[in-house]
Amino acid sequence: MQENPEHLYYSESHEWVSVNGDVATIGITDHAQAQLGELVFVELPEVGDVLDAGDEIAVVESVKTASDVYTPVSGEVVEINDALLEEPQLVNDQPYAEGWLFKIKLEKPAQVEELMSAAEYTEQYCE
Amino acid sequence: MAKQTPLYTEHQRANAQLVDFAGWDMPLHYGSQIQEHHHVRQAVSMFDVSHMAVLDVTGTDSYKFLRYVLANDVAKLNTPDRALYTCLLNPQGGIIDDLIVYYLSENYYRIVLNASRREVNFAWFTEQSTAFEVSLDLREDLCIIAVQGPKAIATVIEVMGESWQELAQLKPFHTMTQDNIQIARTGYTGEDGVEIIVPADETILLWQRLVDAGVEPCGLGARDTLRLEAGLNLYGADMTTKTSPLISNLAWTVSFKDPSRQFIGRAALEAEQAKGLKQQLVGLIMEDKGVLRNNQAVFCEGEQIGEITSGSFSPTLGQAIALARINTDVNKSVYIERRGKKISVKIVRPPFVRFGEKVYEVYNEE
Repeated sequence: MQENPEHLYYSESHEWVSVNGDVATIGITDHAQAQLGELVFVELPEVGDVLDAGDEIAVVESVKTASDVYTPVSGEVVEINDALLEEPQLVNDQPYAEGWLFKIKLEKPAQVEELMSAAEYTEQYCE
Repeated sequence: MAKQTPLYTEHQRANAQLVDFAGWDMPLHYGSQIQEHHHVRQAVSMFDVSHMAVLDVTGTDSYKFLRYVLANDVAKLNTPDRALYTCLLNPQGGIIDDLIVYYLSENYYRIVLNASRREVNFAWFTEQSTAFEVSLDLREDLCIIAVQGPKAIATVIEVMGESWQELAQLKPFHTMTQDNIQIARTGYTGEDGVEIIVPADETILLWQRLVDAGVEPCGLGARDTLRLEAGLNLYGADMTTKTSPLISNLAWTVSFKDPSRQFIGRAALEAEQAKGLKQQLVGLIMEDKGVLRNNQAVFCEGEQIGEITSGSFSPTLGQAIALARINTDVNKSVYIERRGKKISVKIVRPPFVRFGEKVYEVYNEE
């Protein structure tokens, strides 16, 4: 298992959020990718989609199962990780780096404070 | 407490992710299900299938009994080295299980059954055998290792030694036995290969020698995508006691040739055939990205016309494939619905992949 990086925020539905200015990058956790198994398909939102925290935004499918991804923060999608359309397994290999899913321009930056820290997420789901 | 095969500690040592399968702790994969799949298609891998049941049938009525209880005809096994794939039917023509029967010697047949149907089958065979002079012996002392892939035969001969050289000439669905080990040129992957039925106390050593010869362990996850690519049905998904072989793409496994052979289920199948078949089991291919899933509805012009019985992703083809039971009168384009969107799928005749190559033909191309 990979360590859950300290500087990220974590949701109960197993997404992580990295904040850089007013843009958040979102992916799924190492725990989530391990539960799903090897991904063969990722369905991403479109740039310009406007979403509320908790909305379904993407789908990740492994051989075994399909799982919805929810956005933990509200705002407008400003970038998606196109590389995943050809190489979905990047999510398995590098869930916290090359395997990110999408970026959102934060509408309510304070929302990240409601998410879990790495220590809290690790304690609750990874031990 | 789940049952374990003698190879359990070997699976743990190889970092298997173990899952419950029909009451057994079995390896789902050893790290990468997709790489394991490719390794079978390209080289040689092995599966621990010791959870499957080995049932020996002996006695003076063995032949008569099996001609009565099995839908395919063991009369086809005219020399004691041949194997036959068949269904076990109930009187309604529903499939109790699918199995391979091996003719080992006079009045000695061996049957390999699905793990999930072990008890049901044994009870059924026992119940049907009362009027026959036969003995039924569930062999708890035997294990099965399936070695599959283009390099399987050469590797097995290398590991087993010169006395097994004849394996190179052994035809598909034939078997040979030496030193209490039975090897059959059969499998569940669509590749060349063998299934080795070996005494339990020799199993670990054989497994380790195969590992040393470069055979990689492969889990049940890849076993499922391999068999689906090969167009081979899975009991409980593609066929059940509620479906007959005629609507399960298995009519070829039922032998009606001898009119005097009144096997169990025959009358029901003949009646079903006479009425006209309403359903069929076909293959589906999705050209859009994504994965087809079990129990997904299949539509044609706004009407549901069937359901996916086994859906997955084909690592060899890089697209979603499925087996589906659909109405026989469908000849237009069909689609599934995913998250509110209609996605068209093509109807094909399985298998999808044979000996590592794409082989399917589309039959609703417009």
